[in-house]
Amino acid sequence: MKAAIVTFPGTNRERDMAIALRRASGQRPQMVWHREDALPAGLDLVVLPGGFSYGDYLRCGAMAAQSPIMAAVRAFAARGGHVLGVCNGFQMLCEAQLLPGALLRNASLRFLAMDCTMRVERADLAFTRHFRQGQEFRATMAHGDGNWFGDDDTTAMLEGEGRVVFRYADANLNGSRNAIAGICSANGRVLGLMPHPENCVDPLVGGEEGLPLFTSLAESLAAA
Amino acid sequence: MDALPLLEPARAAQLAAEFGLKPDEYDRALAILGRQPTLCELGIFSVMWSEHCSYKSSRVWLKQLPTKAPWVLVGPGENAGVISIGDGLAAVFKMESHNHPSFIEPYNGAATGVGGILRDVFTMGARPIANLNALRFGDPALPRTRQILDGVVRGIGGYGNCVGVPTVGGEVNFHPAYNGNPLVNAMTVGVLREDRIFTAAATGVGNPVVYVGSKTGRDGIHGATMSSTEFSADSEEKRPTVQIGDPFAEKLLIEACLELMATDAIVAIQDMGAAGLTSSSVEMAGKGGMGIALEMDAVPQRESGMSAYEMMLSESQERMLMVLKPGREELAERIFRKWELDFAVIGRLTDTGRITIRHKGVLEADMELAPLESQAPLYHRPTEETPKQPPLGDVPDPIGIIAALERLVAAPDLCSRRWIWDQYDAQVGGQTSKRPGQADAAIVRVEESVEQGGAIALAITTDCTPRYVQADPEEGGRQAVAEAWRNITATGALPRAITDNMNFGNPEKPRIMGQFAAAVRGMAAACIALDFPVVSGNVSLYNETEGRAILPTPAIGGVGVIADVAKAVGLALPDGCELVLVGETDGHLGQSLWLREVAGREDGPPPPVDLAAERRNGELVRGLILDGTVLACHDCADGGLLVAVAEMCMASGVGATLSAVSGHGFWFGEDQARYVLATREPEAVLAAARAAHVPAMRLGHSGGGDLVVPGAGSISVARLRDLNEATLPAMMQGY
Repeated sequence: MKAAIVTFPGTNRERDMAIALRRASGQRPQMVWHREDALPAGLDLVVLPGGFSYGDYLRCGAMAAQSPIMAAVRAFAARGGHVLGVCNGFQMLCEAQLLPGALLRNASLRFLAMDCTMRVERADLAFTRHFRQGQEFRATMAHGDGNWFGDDDTTAMLEGEGRVVFRYADANLNGSRNAIAGICSANGRVLGLMPHPENCVDPLVGGEEGLPLFTSLAESLAAA
Repeated sequence: MDALPLLEPARAAQLAAEFGLKPDEYDRALAILGRQPTLCELGIFSVMWSEHCSYKSSRVWLKQLPTKAPWVLVGPGENAGVISIGDGLAAVFKMESHNHPSFIEPYNGAATGVGGILRDVFTMGARPIANLNALRFGDPALPRTRQILDGVVRGIGGYGNCVGVPTVGGEVNFHPAYNGNPLVNAMTVGVLREDRIFTAAATGVGNPVVYVGSKTGRDGIHGATMSSTEFSADSEEKRPTVQIGDPFAEKLLIEACLELMATDAIVAIQDMGAAGLTSSSVEMAGKGGMGIALEMDAVPQRESGMSAYEMMLSESQERMLMVLKPGREELAERIFRKWELDFAVIGRLTDTGRITIRHKGVLEADMELAPLESQAPLYHRPTEETPKQPPLGDVPDPIGIIAALERLVAAPDLCSRRWIWDQYDAQVGGQTSKRPGQADAAIVRVEESVEQGGAIALAITTDCTPRYVQADPEEGGRQAVAEAWRNITATGALPRAITDNMNFGNPEKPRIMGQFAAAVRGMAAACIALDFPVVSGNVSLYNETEGRAILPTPAIGGVGVIADVAKAVGLALPDGCELVLVGETDGHLGQSLWLREVAGREDGPPPPVDLAAERRNGELVRGLILDGTVLACHDCADGGLLVAVAEMCMASGVGATLSAVSGHGFWFGEDQARYVLATREPEAVLAAARAAHVPAMRLGHSGGGDLVVPGAGSISVARLRDLNEATLPAMMQGY
């Protein structure tokens, strides 16, 4: 699997993501600076990692969505490429309209850094095939703006088309509509989620409940 | 020679007093100059000679602290201390206070405290891998306390979460003595290669002096001076002297500096912390025995019309000063432009031994550097011993063991800190092995070690028991160091070195200066006995409001090393284990939390610390952890033995049935040098203890859902957790 991680000023979970991808695939992902206007050739996966791009001083992800590299990410997605956005990366995907809805301030109006339990609603994607349908797993979350919101039509469309990939299973701490934690594009190849499976890939540091997401990708995209 | 804009004598004397210079200090400044000062020069003297920058009251005492060991690479005097941790790697760390700003403006005071200590660490060339914070607040019943707590926690989280450095531990105490003067002590730990340590000593005549980071504004002018006076009712008028933090700029600055540090361009580097451009330029040139010529027109400015004096004294955040090798400006500028940061050559090193400052064609300052340090004021202030507390005598148990336990686990000083740590990202970086609540010290694996096939981790803690220090400063100083050592030991790691953050009242009062001197004496004894030297530190004096001093609080930040992260243990009690208590139990209730929370008294002497026993017991425990005999470990500290067991139960949800029948002194006394171990091989533990001449006894076994105390009753772990978790959320409801 050939993967690239796009970094922006203020990105801070790119190394975590690189560790997770490498652990699952054995290959080091390439780091791509947001000022680039092209992605490396032959990529199987583009990742938008977590952090505080541009300090989150405007809406989270709004500035990053306007970066030069995002045109290339859009084109990559349009060609059917796999794109993963986590936390700030999910916010960017929504701001770039690669995924529907928006991520509002947490309902508690506080930053939430804690474990959460996610339920796998779609285990048939390249991202999730190593999970079982309905499986619940622990992941860590760390965000101030993870409260997913879509209007009635958008939410009904996502639910109807089976595009809710992860849902908070026990407590919906950030107040997301329908307890949505992660959603995908219509073709199932662009995934955004708020929690951080990349911090749960090693039993010695944080556990490995999140590892199936990365091994799924490594297997699905190995021969691609 | 250019004409300097000298101040009129009367005006100069008046300004000197306003800037906090004492009359004799001002006279000394005049003698050094041999003439009247300019405004800029007067500003430089006043901040360099402030308590905050010069340590003029504390220096004579701090010299007693041991600072050397074979593993110490850089001791006090640089931006942060450095110790070797194995695999050619080193840990860099320091703790620093931001008390005064956090009282005036809690969010930004705390946020910039985190930012400042981060810069001290990455200035040395290290990537920061962990933040901790030691916090002290006033009476939790006061709305103002809650407001400050809320702001401080939001500020620490807002800054640390954004820069992407995990906040992995810390401590919180409440006491009315902090009502008008909370303590916010922030600690950062970073990691670098032993052969890539950067320091501040500038060399090379003609080398460019480079300013990078954010622009300079008028914020924080005379912040260092503010931190060197007592508070009064009008302190809130000092809000404009509190700086505003920009963690996004800091994140860019970290990445840009580390990128530049990977090249060979840097001769010396120093962050612009307290006293900003003044202290950084004076210290860099002074340490290298050089002179420095600054051109203030080149300084990136956020506001128009700033004077040289304002620029030199500004404490705007997220700025660094560097001296580059000749010809490397272009390389460095490219990196800083990439990260969208300001970059400006603002001067050159000279061989004059003087600092000259030019602005708009006027020479604003021209003074010798050496006397700023060599003739800095040094006070041997009078000290007065704190009288010894009389022995406590018998204190009857008014409510019973289980009722006391219920009260203690819910008490503000012992309740769960989840409400706080749930706002701090403890996982970013992907190397946090034990986060808050999981072990006696935070465990963070070193990514660079993993890259080399190793598994080194750092064990990090902050500790101090201010009520002990208040009752007996020397014993309390000993205890603070011993507890940090014990908390690291309880994870299996080897304690290596400390940073200290000395928070005290007004040193001009003999009782306060006596507290300081005695605490240092106690700390020094413990550091020597435990091979636990001081490698960095910070002193915060004048922590008084309206003449009332805080509890003396020498906060200790300890760092230990464990070669294999897989061997570190936490405190969560596993099912089906035997419990063994290591250490001597006398039932010492003086200054205990039981005494305060249950008997309503705050008296008696604090528990004595036997440093030889401390070391013996700790080395036994560490050995038993590393050889796999011990599966969980927790030290006995605030609240004593039964609280320690309860905390182990709450961490895992597993109950315990204890076997000892004893009274409240046994269960709640705060005797030192004790650990509770969970093991499946109790005979091996007891045999090892006998061989090491360490007192040890079987305490009971784990299992079920209740904590059972023979002769006293039982309580479910679920109930303990409810009590323990409810306090802070209830306190902070509505904030």
